Amino acid sequence: MASPGRVVLEVRDLHAYLYTRWGVVRAVDGVSFALREGETLGLVGESGCGKTMTALSVLRLMPEPAGRIVQGQVLLEGEDLVTKSESEMRRVRGRRISMILQDPQTSLNPVFTVGSQIVEALRMRYADGVDALRRLAEEALRRVKVAAPAERLRAFPHQMSGGMKQRVVGAIAVAGEPRVLIADEPTTALDVTIQLQYLVLLKEIQARTRLAMLFITHDFGIVARMCDRVAVMYAGRIVETGPTRALFRAPRHPYTAALMASVPRMEASVERLPSIEGQPPLLHHMPVGCRFAPRCSYVDDRCRREYPPVVPIGPAHEASCWRVEPSPPSR
Amino acid sequence: MLESRAIAAEPLIRVENVSKHFPVTRGLLVMRTTGQVKAVDGISFTIGRQETLGLVGESGCGKTTTSRLLLRLERPSAGRVLLDGRDVHALTGAALREYHTRVQAVFQDPWSSLNPRLRIRDTIAEALVVNRRVSKAGRLERVEEVLHQVGLPLGAGGRYPHEFSGGQRQRIALASALASYPELIVLDEPVSALDVSIRAQIMNLLKDLQARQKLSYLLVAHNLATVRYIAHRTAVMYLGRIVEHADTESVYRNPLHPYTKALFAAALPADPDAPRDDLILSGEVPSPIDPPSGCHFHPRCPFALEQCSRVDPVLRAITSDHAVACHLY
Repeated sequence: MASPGRVVLEVRDLHAYLYTRWGVVRAVDGVSFALREGETLGLVGESGCGKTMTALSVLRLMPEPAGRIVQGQVLLEGEDLVTKSESEMRRVRGRRISMILQDPQTSLNPVFTVGSQIVEALRMRYADGVDALRRLAEEALRRVKVAAPAERLRAFPHQMSGGMKQRVVGAIAVAGEPRVLIADEPTTALDVTIQLQYLVLLKEIQARTRLAMLFITHDFGIVARMCDRVAVMYAGRIVETGPTRALFRAPRHPYTAALMASVPRMEASVERLPSIEGQPPLLHHMPVGCRFAPRCSYVDDRCRREYPPVVPIGPAHEASCWRVEPSPPSR
Repeated sequence: MLESRAIAAEPLIRVENVSKHFPVTRGLLVMRTTGQVKAVDGISFTIGRQETLGLVGESGCGKTTTSRLLLRLERPSAGRVLLDGRDVHALTGAALREYHTRVQAVFQDPWSSLNPRLRIRDTIAEALVVNRRVSKAGRLERVEEVLHQVGLPLGAGGRYPHEFSGGQRQRIALASALASYPELIVLDEPVSALDVSIRAQIMNLLKDLQARQKLSYLLVAHNLATVRYIAHRTAVMYLGRIVEHADTESVYRNPLHPYTKALFAAALPADPDAPRDDLILSGEVPSPIDPPSGCHFHPRCPFALEQCSRVDPVLRAITSDHAVACHLY
């Protein structure tokens, strides 16, 4: 694990709701976490659990006008982003917090060359002339291991493969030398061999720049490989947080444990996978008590009545479950 | 699985040296063929009764084209696809209709196979109407039966696709594939669009249905763990060719082809303490329009020999149930 640096990003009791025709969707409903310099925090959960909405609300990019942050703080190096104006936020995005999305196709403009798009990103940071910026852009492409970077600057996105495009997106994301990088399933659209190349590249960039990374994924293989700590989200809330190894060795929340058990393993053959029955609740029809209660094998009456508190389990390891016994922080 | 293979002398599906080449054309008015995309380039395999063959490989390797050839959605440029010894691309009339009842498909996105304006009962019954199997009353009875088999509640048939979740919609797609009593179901990425907590449910359902209904599956998937869980045999494809083909346990325990090794090494085990024997491939998959000479993998292969760029390796059995196309063996 990387040596713990200072906290760069801290999210405190964040509530971000979507006001829709069908009612209020509580997409992010009391999420708190801290992210340190040089550290990677994995945000794991199923689609619709609120992990992407968490990322978008950190950047204040919730879909308008339906989405709104109703409560909580997003502290970037001590400054609350929730209270910032749109023009102030524009100076935060790309320079201090960047984001890489799942599909590189949607992040790149098809009618501009790759070079002009990287130069545009660099211009936010540097006041140099176009020629100097183009040299920086070439350097940026070389750093994300794109072969023949000078020629590639003149290429359009459609002339590149998916893996190459995602590298360009990565180059643009780190061009402004941000402190925080949010990666939202950045390798889902890539093939496995290209995925590994890309993940290794992200780790190299992180080692060089001490970036804090928030890595959103539903793939436990990626978590095991990339993350120092993990936060598991279910139905708008974080149900368990802990150091990666502790969480894999001894998941304490029944949802974490069941989810991990239900994933087939590449490295072992199993006759039958235990599956989680039912499906996640609709975010505008949340159960009163614990949100996992309807699918939990250990459910009792209290779970159905009251949402469980956060229980400390071990060093930096906590879970929200009535069944978890608190253990003293030092083991 | 082993005994079922022994019983069936003639496999259900036999693919013999099949190729599918797509012409690459230039020009708007006067079209000229400037090249061939060799999507599938001379592959052979069999699928036995009650057996699952997993087809793995990266995008563009030809696994989806292979499944489309089996479904008669593409015509092979060369070679034959035999169902019970009969060439499926030569079938006409009643024999063709029978083929359509015996071979069915389930795709990645259940939305694409469901009509949003039809009650699911009618979508499922449609498969039976087209294939003229049964009376109206018999149809409804069959619909209820398959809905029950895939674990949907009573009365689900009267509802519309949008009333169901993703996992349930995949169950519906499976139900309509099952309606005509098929023998082979082609599964093209059946769980990759589903939520993680739902995947195990559907994978277990697929296994149960196979055991109960004596089904054969061709499973096309890029997730190697899914294939290990469901498939009895696994074929690894690279640029239109099968490079390794073996019993699933054998290929996962002991991958032989350098590409298989790299592919498996790139799959990340869900274990922070797993050894990291990274065999990171340089470069990307070359274009299938102009694939490298000799072994298609040689420009990226860390073990390439001199002859690899000249001589096509043939798929050769190393043990009784493990074949590999590589000059190293």
